[in-house]
Amino acid sequence: MSDAVTLISPTSEARPVLRERGQREVFCGLTGIVWLHRKIQDAFFLVVGSRTCAHLIQSAAGVMVFAEPRFATAIMEERDLAGLVDANEELDRVVDRLLSRRPDIKLLFLVGSCPSEVIKLDLSRAAERLTKKHSPSVRVLNYSGSGIETTFTQGEDACLVAMIPEAPVASEDAPASLLVVGTLPDIVEDQFARLFNQLGIGPVAFFPPRNSQSIPAIGPNTKFLLAQPFLGETARALIERGAQHLPALFPFGAEGTTHWLKAAADAFAIPELHFLAVVAPGRERAKRALEAQKQHLAGKSIFFFPDSQMEPSLARFLSRELDMKLIEVGTPYLNRQLLSAEMEYLPETVTLSEGQDVDRQLDRCRAAKPDLVVCGMGLANPLEMEGISTKWSIELVFSPVHGFDCAGDLAGLFARPLYRRSVLKV
Amino acid sequence: AFERFDPDLMLVGASCTAELIQDAPGGLARALNLPVPTITLELPSYQKKENWGASETFYQIVRGLATEAPAPKLEGAKPSCNILGATALGFRHRDDVIEITRLLNQLGIEVNVAAPMGATADDIRRLPQADFNVVLYPEIADTAARWLERQYGQKAVRTIPMGFQATCEFVREAAALAGVDPEPVLSQHGSHMPWWARSVDSNYLTGKRVFVFGDATHAMAAARVAKEELGFEVVGLGCYNREFARDVRACAAELGVEALITDDYLLVEETIAALQPELVLGTQMERHIAKRLGVPCAVISAPVHVQDFPARYAPVMGFEGANVLFDTWVHPLVMGLEEHLLTMFREDFEFNDAAGPSHLGGHAKVEAAAKPAPEPEIAPVAAQIATQETISVLNWSPEATKELSKIPFFVRGKAKRNTERYAAEQGLETISIEALYDAKSHFAR
Repeated sequence: MSDAVTLISPTSEARPVLRERGQREVFCGLTGIVWLHRKIQDAFFLVVGSRTCAHLIQSAAGVMVFAEPRFATAIMEERDLAGLVDANEELDRVVDRLLSRRPDIKLLFLVGSCPSEVIKLDLSRAAERLTKKHSPSVRVLNYSGSGIETTFTQGEDACLVAMIPEAPVASEDAPASLLVVGTLPDIVEDQFARLFNQLGIGPVAFFPPRNSQSIPAIGPNTKFLLAQPFLGETARALIERGAQHLPALFPFGAEGTTHWLKAAADAFAIPELHFLAVVAPGRERAKRALEAQKQHLAGKSIFFFPDSQMEPSLARFLSRELDMKLIEVGTPYLNRQLLSAEMEYLPETVTLSEGQDVDRQLDRCRAAKPDLVVCGMGLANPLEMEGISTKWSIELVFSPVHGFDCAGDLAGLFARPLYRRSVLKV
Repeated sequence: AFERFDPDLMLVGASCTAELIQDAPGGLARALNLPVPTITLELPSYQKKENWGASETFYQIVRGLATEAPAPKLEGAKPSCNILGATALGFRHRDDVIEITRLLNQLGIEVNVAAPMGATADDIRRLPQADFNVVLYPEIADTAARWLERQYGQKAVRTIPMGFQATCEFVREAAALAGVDPEPVLSQHGSHMPWWARSVDSNYLTGKRVFVFGDATHAMAAARVAKEELGFEVVGLGCYNREFARDVRACAAELGVEALITDDYLLVEETIAALQPELVLGTQMERHIAKRLGVPCAVISAPVHVQDFPARYAPVMGFEGANVLFDTWVHPLVMGLEEHLLTMFREDFEFNDAAGPSHLGGHAKVEAAAKPAPEPEIAPVAAQIATQETISVLNWSPEATKELSKIPFFVRGKAKRNTERYAAEQGLETISIEALYDAKSHFAR
């Protein structure tokens, strides 16, 4: 255990990023509901939108629409478009009915969509009005998951921003606390909680919470770590509440996790030796598990289409810890501040692209003949048909991938399609 | 019976009880001197079982009746074959024969006789007129086919056309014996199975641990399909008919597993519990076992109950059969997205381990209502796992037990076993959370 961990500071020189606009193949922010409704157990997500929005949520949520869901769409119809006052009354009626049917709901999100934003339906005022009406049993909040404003995981960002005003205010003289921000699988949360506990960092809270009644307090002595790269607005809102951001690599892989934990350890003045002693077993385990996946991945080239904003962090992990060759790393939105550390660690040779012109990007992809393409479900099967192996990108949001003990699983997600191609004989 | 039904052939045999009485029904029947052939069956019911009885009976019928030497072939006649083995109470025999007949016809091969299912005594007499035989079910037809080969030089196609690849091999083999070109048929197979298996929706099937048990023919064919066409990991393979034990052992050795040759369902149950598969492919009996252990299951072989004699067309052989296999085997599994969400969020009151796959409805509501508060939930899980213990009992720390319960149910058993194996190897007395994760990374390689 000689390799000490040092945090790097962002350099001023900006590296070139290919910026593209054109046809896009991405999800809108409404899809965030699919995992958020499972994380926050007593919340309900009511999309105010069209049949298109309802279809999207149903398709995205897959089998779960067969059970009693905690999301729904209030579908706007022709007469709602005629006059706005009418639309508000309709919405109140729908919400009343919903809440009387589901008394277990404590937090209701009115989720804006493209149609509701275009007709400028004021959902924030509706949320205020409905909160007044239904308090104290139910709080009603609002955010937008429209495709015009948000891409895929940005829906979570918007949702968390909406929740921040609900957080209790921690006083100026409150002891320093750590907030881990971003939806994490329950098992990963528990793993991190144990590590912070061993390091002697605490109290630690996670945001979003598993229950709307336990939103952690935020104040000037709150230090926060982002667990997900797509939480730019949330970070800004937290900083406005006085919390301090701890910049770090994102906790993917042995290196990313170590770096991320180190940022917290430094902020809480944890001695270097103690830090190394605590992280060593996990780091060794992660390295050992990664070694097993390396045989499938080392030397293989990979091309990322934009989807979740996790792409640069994952690319860093794949190139540095599994020796994969990066061709292009696309991201729907590149937050240079949050990703400055990641960008330092990305090799100079890789093309970074922000936004999308999908036909051009497909041309670049085909010309590069990558061994593995990370893309959405809309592109995955067509590319497979062309003989190109793909890793369906949504899975990366829907799997436990953070921290030491999931590092092997994360690598496994990329190795699996290549391995499958090698075993199938049909 | 002869007077009333006026048959072309009589079979005379004894049941288990009659066997003890020793009335020699064969001799008695001969003494009656009936005007139709009478075949005496010697079926030792205290030694042999159903498949052997069917095989022996079919062999005796063929041997008794198929005495006409093949007539010289007419100029320009199409190549022809017999399809041997299909019987009443066979697993999907009705549709397999239709599917394979269609396939052979596409190759330009005529089916002379399909027997025993649907054949008359006259049909059996015509068996030697075919150019070769197709042995669809060796359990039934192997003995008879060997006799026909010795007697009339009829070669036999022995590849079982179950699964996509095996069907292709079957087509090539039949075409070679018939002297026709297999390529037109192979290039227009029209099966959806290969693409279904390759599409990204099937990615999550990779490495799913599957246990295969049934009659030797179906079990071996299923194991191959599971491994090479669906990308499963076959963790166990076995059959209940000892006659084909050698083949099954060889097949299991190729897969790197030990064959289980037994007709003792308790042994099968123990093996399944020890291997902790994520899917069981077996008979009606394995369905009970899988239900008890809470493992998804699909039926691949007799013995089966009435629901596996379906009204619809449902072959398991040929190209359409490959489609049927894909649908049937994937159906009991939790689908991709739900599997992911079960893994990520453990505390959901609607979607949890106890609720079962959402698409296999019915039981979810009841279980959810009966579900206890979160805290006591952990104890039953640990207790249940402890009863399935096969390796020496080790101490699990309460924290590690709790952590284990966070692993989704379909892989939890495997994780537990691996952890205990690791702890035993390392000489650990108590399993901690650290040991659980050490084992995980240890077995990742």
